[in-house]
Amino acid sequence: MSTRTARPARREDQAAITYREAVRESIREAMHRDERVFLMGEDVGAYGGCFAVSLGLLEEFGPERIRDTPLSESAFVGAGIGAALGGMRPIVEIMTVNFSLLALDQILNNAATLLHMSGGQLNIPLVIRMTTGAGRQLAAQHSHSLEGWYAHIPGLRILAPATLEDARGMLWPALEDPDPVLIFEHGSLYNTSGVLRPGPVGITRSALRRSGRDITLIAYGGTLHKAMKAAEELASGGVEADVIDLRVLRPLDDSLIVESVTRTHRAVIVDEGWRSGSLSAEVSARIVEHAFYELDAPVERVCTAEVPIPYARHLEEAALPQVPAIVAAARRVIAS
Amino acid sequence: MSEKRTSPHRETELLRQMLRIRRFEERCVELYSTEKIRGFMHLYIGEEAVAAGVCHVLTADDAVVSTYREHGHALARGLPMTEIMAEMYGRAAGCSRGRGGSMHIFDASRRFYGGNAVVGGGLPIAVGLALADRCQGRSRVTVCFFGEGAMAEGEFHECLNLASLWRLPVLFACENNRYAMGTALARSQAETDLALRAAAYDVVAWPVDGMDAAAVADAAARATESIRAGAGPHFLELRTYRFRAHSMYDPDRYRTKTEIEEWKHRDPVSSLAERMKAAGDLTDDDVRVMDKEITEEIDRAVAFAERAPLEPVEDLTRFVYSEVTS
Repeated sequence: MSTRTARPARREDQAAITYREAVRESIREAMHRDERVFLMGEDVGAYGGCFAVSLGLLEEFGPERIRDTPLSESAFVGAGIGAALGGMRPIVEIMTVNFSLLALDQILNNAATLLHMSGGQLNIPLVIRMTTGAGRQLAAQHSHSLEGWYAHIPGLRILAPATLEDARGMLWPALEDPDPVLIFEHGSLYNTSGVLRPGPVGITRSALRRSGRDITLIAYGGTLHKAMKAAEELASGGVEADVIDLRVLRPLDDSLIVESVTRTHRAVIVDEGWRSGSLSAEVSARIVEHAFYELDAPVERVCTAEVPIPYARHLEEAALPQVPAIVAAARRVIAS
Repeated sequence: MSEKRTSPHRETELLRQMLRIRRFEERCVELYSTEKIRGFMHLYIGEEAVAAGVCHVLTADDAVVSTYREHGHALARGLPMTEIMAEMYGRAAGCSRGRGGSMHIFDASRRFYGGNAVVGGGLPIAVGLALADRCQGRSRVTVCFFGEGAMAEGEFHECLNLASLWRLPVLFACENNRYAMGTALARSQAETDLALRAAAYDVVAWPVDGMDAAAVADAAARATESIRAGAGPHFLELRTYRFRAHSMYDPDRYRTKTEIEEWKHRDPVSSLAERMKAAGDLTDDDVRVMDKEITEEIDRAVAFAERAPLEPVEDLTRFVYSEVTS
């Protein structure tokens, strides 16, 4: 395996930046480092990106490398596959995970499959970025968390950057990966900001974001920060939690999960996907398979209610995993 | 029908290529009935003029994207018959190491990108290959074969629009064999003038007699020259007919025997042979020699496949991800 690491971020990144700017800087760096890299998607150019991620890049790199596409998800995702086969390193942006379903044929039947189906001849060095998740009152066709579905598919690498460092650092190793990588950016994270800690970022391992001894909280993407808040609240009551950021949803790195649960003997999984058949179900199964006798209590899951995401603010909030529900689940697990 | 008869050598090659495809598939039918070949198998018999004619004008640098009915394209593109047959046998020596079968024949070294069994699914890949050529300043053509059934898929329309918008060097080679599996064109598509529909995307498009290999080669030569000159994507409606059923499982209830027999009168192999004989460019003896050489090639391919080892089961999960050495 290659090391899959990024160069340290540049000096000007020391100032506080947003998640959006971190992603933009990662694209800009990749475009400068490798002329085979180009960005393609709906409104990535003149509009500046649906979520303003690529704002200013058209002016910097021109329309050949910042390519506005028609509303043709299947065609431009498949064109990304073909361009990767033809020696380029495309970054394809899909506005939201809901829209990616229009390109699912290309992602599953071609990107994830061609290497194996061709007996190892055709690798696809393609990166697809898309927004995922709820929390912005965008209702049921712009808010779902379907990364768990994609994490079901062999042949893909699925990343969920939850921190500024991962937003800034995951793209380059993803472009170096010879296989297709999907990067899911939670829409609620774009405006979050902080000081970026420069350094290399890998795309194979989960990460421990907080250390505790009493319980393991497992989260990723948009739910990581909720899990961190829940851990703070638990700490004020004397309960210390490990918080694991999955980061890489496929191939899933369960070593840290198993190691942590072996220490804490208790686990709560937080997942913005629907509970049934979700990534949280997979994580739960891995714990049962690898650490069953270490458990002092049943694993709990805090997931999105099994409804299409509604528009009204109070309904949307009620549908999603929230800090109080995570704290309550953790306390039940501790008490049992 | 093409009127110009300027190159007996070219037509000999076209005839040989069509006969190879014909005889190869006839042998595949026998091997299927003895269960040497399994899975879905879609025969190209009747349509050979298209693959032979189009591939004849391509250079080694050009790319081919194909469908699940791709034995003819693969052979005409120059893939070794041994490796194709071994793939049909599911052997490790197959071009896809036994992971693809009849529907998924690939050869990266010959820029043959399969072998796509989702109707319309190859078109975006062809557009992307052409985009890569554009980005890297290469003067290459990507040929994308697909059937007329694909023109009912959204991907066709997305891709014609995108390729035209960006003036990409793609030859869209539509094999109109009149039936999408069992559904006749007029029963599934409101406008049956296919070139007209392609032209709606500002793509140069015209119909071609797909039963005449020389006419196909002429049209493909004209189209690829124009594409290389920067005129953007072209579309050929290659009017052809499959003499056999859709696949080995198809009872062929949706068309009449009369219709099939009428088309067989226009058999691309025998009609080119007859025309060449009439022009004095071919003798019965030439045909016998050609047929004998082809039979020997097929015999060698079958023997190769029979002897080829199976991929070890321990290697089942290889090639899900690239094998990277640090």
